[in-house]
Amino acid sequence: MFLAFAATIAESTHAVAGRSVGAVGPKKMVLTEPLKMRSGAVLPHYELAYETYGTLNATKSNAVLVCHALNASHHVAGHYENEPDNVGWWDNLIGPGRALDTDKFFVIGVNNLGSCFGSTGPASLNPSTGTPWGADFPVVTVEDWVDAQARLADALGIQQFAAVIGGSLGGMQALCWAYRYPTRVRHALVIAAAPNLSAQNIAFNEVARTAIMTDPDFHGGDFYKHGVKPVRGLRVARMIGHITYISDEQMGEKFGRQLRDGLKFGFGSEFQIESYLRHQGDKFSEYFDANTYLRITKALDYFDPALEHGGDLAKALAAATAKFLVVSFTTDWRFSPARSREIVQALVKNGRDVAYAEIEAPHGHDAFLLDDPKYHAVVRAYFERLRT
Amino acid sequence: MNNSEFQTISGWIQPNVRVLDLGCGDGELLAHLAQTKNVRGYGLDIDDGAVLASVSRGINVIQGDLERGLAEFDDQFFDVVILSRTLQATRKTEALMREVLRVGREAIVTIPNFGHWTTRWQLGIGGRMPVSKRLPFQWYDTPNVHFATLKDFDVFCAEKYVRILDSVALERGAPVSRLRNVRADVGIYRLQDGRNN
Repeated sequence: MFLAFAATIAESTHAVAGRSVGAVGPKKMVLTEPLKMRSGAVLPHYELAYETYGTLNATKSNAVLVCHALNASHHVAGHYENEPDNVGWWDNLIGPGRALDTDKFFVIGVNNLGSCFGSTGPASLNPSTGTPWGADFPVVTVEDWVDAQARLADALGIQQFAAVIGGSLGGMQALCWAYRYPTRVRHALVIAAAPNLSAQNIAFNEVARTAIMTDPDFHGGDFYKHGVKPVRGLRVARMIGHITYISDEQMGEKFGRQLRDGLKFGFGSEFQIESYLRHQGDKFSEYFDANTYLRITKALDYFDPALEHGGDLAKALAAATAKFLVVSFTTDWRFSPARSREIVQALVKNGRDVAYAEIEAPHGHDAFLLDDPKYHAVVRAYFERLRT
Repeated sequence: MNNSEFQTISGWIQPNVRVLDLGCGDGELLAHLAQTKNVRGYGLDIDDGAVLASVSRGINVIQGDLERGLAEFDDQFFDVVILSRTLQATRKTEALMREVLRVGREAIVTIPNFGHWTTRWQLGIGGRMPVSKRLPFQWYDTPNVHFATLKDFDVFCAEKYVRILDSVALERGAPVSRLRNVRADVGIYRLQDGRNN
């Protein structure tokens, strides 16, 4: 979920097969059909930022949609022309000859509604006021995102995706696609996800939101007009989130009880882990929007397909006809393997096609961003069989 | 799995049924059953290589430990549960058998026959723990912890109310009917829970 951490431990991993898609550029789609959202709010029109890699075939049957998680974007693979270090968050998985092979598939990365990376969000101008939406931007849900993504697919002339894939919150979107638009998805790859958040998950999100909302610079969400950003709140939000994306084991291995410069008997950052978290928090608060963070965590909290079906996930997924690959990681305590198995169980109950890999990996939730060979081999094998 | 074992199992499976293959390995049997019997098959295996091979074949493979994993399936959800050459490697063998018969209307179980004459010879005369093509492990590295002869298994079924619907004993792929506990290297059983029937 968090790219910076993935990058810091990437040194321990190896070169991945295939190559990068190279220099890419973002695109924008303006969608003018009003979007009715789950909250009841209506967005009269909006923009979605997206990127594409590979070539859409003549029958438009080789498109794969990549859904992003909490803080990521449509920049999924390759790098920007003038920013060689700005590498897509799933570059190790997507490219020519990679597990998701862009020689075979037309891959679309899309930035979700409410984000701060190009799609319409709280920092965008509200057409009715001419000022940033701020607090007035609607609360978004996974369903809203998927509906908006479907409009983008319409605009690109894609009636059916060969696959929809995502990790973490992105996996929830892939799952949602399968039951919300069953005829439009042939395969769903749901990685390091869960059928809903546990109370503990929601609790962590609430701590993060409280950190943001109690920052005096938050101004009820309308901080733009005050020329400030609730960076303190965002820092804490990021720090708490970060802890949950890494396994205890991995954190211990990387930082242990290492000190930067001995004990100082004060409150500066003495332990390496403190310094690391502060650094991550600082970086994040510079580029991420507080209103976006609030909304994305809410989208996570609200996602619960079984809710309308008396808590019965199998009933909720009964409409889904896609074939599934579900992947979890043994040390992921944010979305543990048991949560993925609930999805598998519900699919089996409905007699659906599903393969499930439980990858033994030390990295915790963030493992889905890394190039673990066992994990990538399974995803590669799955995509290799997939007909376009 | 040799060809006749394959054929025996395949012959006991009706078209279009729902099958669970416990310890499905590379998914060969399920692929065969999907092709020839149009079964809706699921496989369970704990091994990374088996899961990868099964995904490559397009098998519905679920990675998990079969001694923990069956609780997630409803009663009698599968028409047939296959447990091929796996029972001897399980720890809670009796509990697993009950689970197998709970989630499946029928079970097909194959077991290597520890009563085979070569095994008897190696242990009885040679005084060493048997090592053979079918049981290729040394005593210190074997995953097999619960050895049984065909006779043992018959007794187990009788005592535990497991109904034997059918059974075949094979000696190097050929069916044997006389002196099966000495001559057969493998037994294949079609079973049902005998408590409620």
